[in-house]
Formats: sequence, structure tokens, C-alpha cells
Amino acid sequence: MTQPVLVLKDISKVYRLGEEDLYALNQVSLTINEGEFLAVVGPSGCGKSTFLHIASLLDYPTQGIIQIKGMDTMDYTEPERARLRNREIGFIFQQFNLLAKTNAIDNVALPLVYAGDGKKDRERRAREMLEQVGLGDRLSSTPSQLSGGQQQRVAIARALVNQPSLIFADEPTGNLDSRSGEEIKKIIIKLNNEGKTIVMVTHDREIAKIAKRIVALADGRVVSDRPTKWARKTL
Amino acid sequence: MNWSKLLNIALRALLTNKTRSVLTMLGVIIGVWAVIMLMAIGQGLQNYVTDQFEQFGANNIFIAPGELFGEEGGGFQSDEQMAANLLANTLEYEDINAIRKMRQYVKAVTAFSVNSAEVSYKKNTEKSSIVGVNHDYATITSTKPIKGKFFDKAMEEKKEAVVFLGYQITKDLFGDVDPVGKKILIKNRDYTVIGVGEKVGGGFGGPSFDQYVFIPITNWFELFDSKLVIRVMAAIKSEELTDGAIKEIEKYFLKRLKADEFSVFKQEDILKIIDQILGALTAGLGGIAAISLVVGGIGIMNIMLVSVTERTREIGLRKAIGATPKVILIQFLIESVVLSILGGLIGVLIAEMMTYFVKRFIPAEVTWSAVVLAFGVSAAVGIIFGVYPARKASQLSPIEALRYE
Repeated sequence: MTQPVLVLKDISKVYRLGEEDLYALNQVSLTINEGEFLAVVGPSGCGKSTFLHIASLLDYPTQGIIQIKGMDTMDYTEPERARLRNREIGFIFQQFNLLAKTNAIDNVALPLVYAGDGKKDRERRAREMLEQVGLGDRLSSTPSQLSGGQQQRVAIARALVNQPSLIFADEPTGNLDSRSGEEIKKIIIKLNNEGKTIVMVTHDREIAKIAKRIVALADGRVVSDRPTKWARKTL
Repeated sequence: MNWSKLLNIALRALLTNKTRSVLTMLGVIIGVWAVIMLMAIGQGLQNYVTDQFEQFGANNIFIAPGELFGEEGGGFQSDEQMAANLLANTLEYEDINAIRKMRQYVKAVTAFSVNSAEVSYKKNTEKSSIVGVNHDYATITSTKPIKGKFFDKAMEEKKEAVVFLGYQITKDLFGDVDPVGKKILIKNRDYTVIGVGEKVGGGFGGPSFDQYVFIPITNWFELFDSKLVIRVMAAIKSEELTDGAIKEIEKYFLKRLKADEFSVFKQEDILKIIDQILGALTAGLGGIAAISLVVGGIGIMNIMLVSVTERTREIGLRKAIGATPKVILIQFLIESVVLSILGGLIGVLIAEMMTYFVKRFIPAEVTWSAVVLAFGVSAAVGIIFGVYPARKASQLSPIEALRYE
């Protein structure tokens, strides 16, 4: 029996716009088990980004419960949430979000810095991760010396370096040309095949197809949640 | 998260913007430099004045016409009052003899009168202060001749036209010629040089004793046709007796004068007041200079705010991957403290170097207290002005920060 890595129960996020309440998320419940590869799709404004931010503990829901590996995070303080993100969650952003003027190995090692690991350990682990994404020969390159695809691979290495239970990817190929996009897709598939739990948010149907389960959002609600092979119509 | 790593992150951020970091530090550098420099000059002046007074010897007391010190012992009187006191004819030559008779206290006593006149030797003429004193003056003030001798009791009683020259006036008049035994003219009267004083130095902001010309007071009265005594100096047998001596002398003068027509004081009293004035001056100058440190601090705050805004995305990323608000706060605080401490260090170094050169022209001395004060204030400036930007950074929401373009 696989254990749920992430459980969302009745999550709502309400923004107050003048007199009106705007539901960015409305009663969203979702369970994600270990080893799953989930794509969250939907048109812009459907609540994908809000979902990603709340599920990854970057933002707070107005209502509802979020459990990560069985831990209820609702009464966590910000420093506790930061430590939980550090240990259990890896991020892959559309904009890569690498530190400029900082080389690949130091960028990858950054989560380990906040985890309090020693210098030797950090360097060894960061090197391993970069080798794993095929950048073993670019350890000391800064982001400006790398192509977009290479930068995203550095970001993936960074997301993996703390061996998190959950990886969130936000339009991971959105900023890349199609060839680099393909490379990144292959890496993400490989990660899932190796057992990593991945939650990917995208508006790109082609990319969503690499996931095994597709959740469609519209107006802040889950309108469809099924395995990819049965989700063809939704796409 | 260890401190060395945080320091490393902060240093790297500062090195990324070298020009900006240096310009920001400049505010603190100038502030610290100004504080130390002004305090060094203040302290130098204070030391200088103390040294000058110590030339007189520690057990001396002074009697002056008029009331020299205010009621509470603080501060001098107005210029007009001081001038009036100098010309007040309340001290008399007879007082010298009366004070000399207080043998249980007084070791030696001298009158001190001064007027200016032209002094010439052959073709060299100098305007100089002609000082009339008793023969005991040399003992009281520890004046040491490098040539000849000071005039003695007999010369004084006979009103002899002899002169003891200060070191500098001798140089000016005689150059390399040996002056002892030569004749000079003061107000067109012949005087014989009997001795030359050793160099006592100083003279900052006024004539030095090196420029004085000393003649017996008896002769001085005739030369200037005056009975004016502007000071009486007495050497007391020991320091413990000075207060008793002051009381005794006051008692003597009160028989003839009103309490505000004369002053009796010891060297310590003058030193205390001068120290007070110069101390206040030094503190005031330091305080004014400290304003520039505050301005430097505002410069740091300004740049740190710019830096926080520029690095909003970076802050968001760091928070997303696990930096707690405290870690972000410390990271930015270290940046501002490094800027201010480094600025402080450079300021101290520049001030030390400049004091070394300035010393040749005016008295100046860098004190440890000034260095510690300036350095401490600059570090405090870094913390105080760094807290606001650092808090701002630490409180950024990670998603707002990541969304920031």
C-alpha cells in the first residue's frame, strides 16, 4: 500500500475584491500517493498557480487542511514551513530562478546550505546531482554561461539535492525552445520512473501527457481527475 | 545555517556590486574619520595646554586682580571684564614682601608685570614682551639658563639694567653671536644680557616664553613708569599646604580689598577650567562629526533598501527552498554591518595616518577612546540602519517575491 505524500482537504483560497469574494480555489480535495506523476491543467485564471503555491506551502489557504507525509501543516509557523519545504519539497520554476553570478554547483547546493550541511557534503551531493542531469562538466559555469535548457537542468538538480518526497514543477518547459523542452521532459519522466513523486502545473496539453494522472481545474474547482490514458477527452 | 556561510553569502553580495559598496562605505569612512580627527585635535590641544601649565611647577599659586573665576568656579568672564582686571591697579609691590613673610607656607614669591616694547641689538629690532619679575621667578617657574644666569637679589635691589632673554628672542636678535655680556636697547635704554633661557617650546596661539625678555621688576617700574603688577606667583613649600596658603593670602588681601577685587588660585584650578572648556569643545566637535556618521548610516539604509528591492526574486527563491525569515534577516543585517564596520576600519586608518601628518603643524593625538567610540558607533549604525531593510527582506512573502519582475 502506497502512503499518501500530499493530502489536500477542502482547500479554498478566497480573495476579497471590493464587495465580492473571489474563489481562486474552491473546496479542492486531492490525495497524491508516493511515486505518482500528476499534471494540473486548465486555462489561465483557473487556479493552477494558486494550487501550486498552496500545495507547496509557499502560500496559505483561506480554509482547508494540507498534510505532507501525514503531517498536518496547518498550525506550522513560517520557520517550520520553511524547514519542511527545505526537507520535503523540490521546486522547478518556469523562470529557473537560479542565483546569477553564482556557479552551478553552488546554485545546486543552496538548499543544503539552509539544511545546515557541511561544505564537503554539500559539494559532493551537488556534484552528484549535476552529473545525474548531465552537467558534470559544467560545475563552475554561471547561469549566464549556460543555455536555457542547461539552466533548467541545474534547477532540477537543485530540486533533487535534498532528496525531497515531492517535486513541484511550474511550467518547467515554458521558457525553453522545443529541443531543450524535450530534454527536460525526458529528465522529468526519468525521475518519476525512479520513484519520485511529481506535481507539474502546466497549460500545455502536450507536456501534460507525460504525467500519469491529470487533474483539470476550472474556476477554482477540480472538474476532472483521471489517469492520463483515460483523460484524452479532457485534453 | 552557520555564521561563516552567512558571512560568505553577504560578502559575495557586496563584492558583486563593488563600486556601490565602496561608495556606500564612503559615508561611514568620512564620518568615522571626522569624529576621530576632531577628537584627536581636541585632545592634542588639551595635552598641549596642560603641558604648558605644568612648566610652572605644581605647587604654585597665583594672585590676580579682579575676580577671575565666576561664582560657581566655572568659566571666565567677558573680554571687557578680563581687560579691566588686567589693568586694575589692585596688586601692589608691597604685597610681595607681605606674602614672602608667610614663611610657614611660602618658599618664594615673585611679581609679574608685562608690557611690550622694541628691543634692539645693533641693526636687529624686535617687538617683544618685556616682563618684570623678582629674582625668585627662575626658581618658581624652574627657568633654566643655557647660558649665563638669571638676575639675583642684589641686582634686583639695585634696580640694575640687566636682562635675561628667552630662547627665541635671542636667536632673532643675535643669530649665532654669544649674547652674554652684550648690550641691547629696550626703549632706548642700555641693558646688559646676563643669561639666556633654554627652549621651552609652545606658543601655539600666543607668544611663547621663548619670546619674552625678563628684567628685574624694580627696573621695570622705572622703565614703564608704572606700579602695575598683573600677577603674583608664589611657590608653596608642599602641595598639601597650598589650600592653607590660599586662605592665608586671601585673609591678607581682604584687609585692604573687597572679595571681588582679587583672586587667589592654584594651577590646578586653571587647569580644571581649561580642561572643562576643551573637553566640552572636543565633545562638541565629536558630536558634530557624529552627525556625518548618521548620514553615512542613512546611506547604508538607502542602498540596502535598493538591494532588497533588486533582489526580491532571489529572496523569494531562498525562502522557497528553505531559508527561514530569520536567516534572511541575518543575511541582510550582516551585509549592512560589514559595510559599516569595514567603513569604520578604513576611517580609523585614514584618521591615524592624517593625524601623523597633522601633528607637525598642530597638536593632535588619537586616543583609544575616540577610536573605540567611532568604531562602536559605526558598527551600531550598521545594525540600526540595517534592521529596517533586513526586516523588510525577511518579511517578503515567497510567492510575491518569486512573481516580482
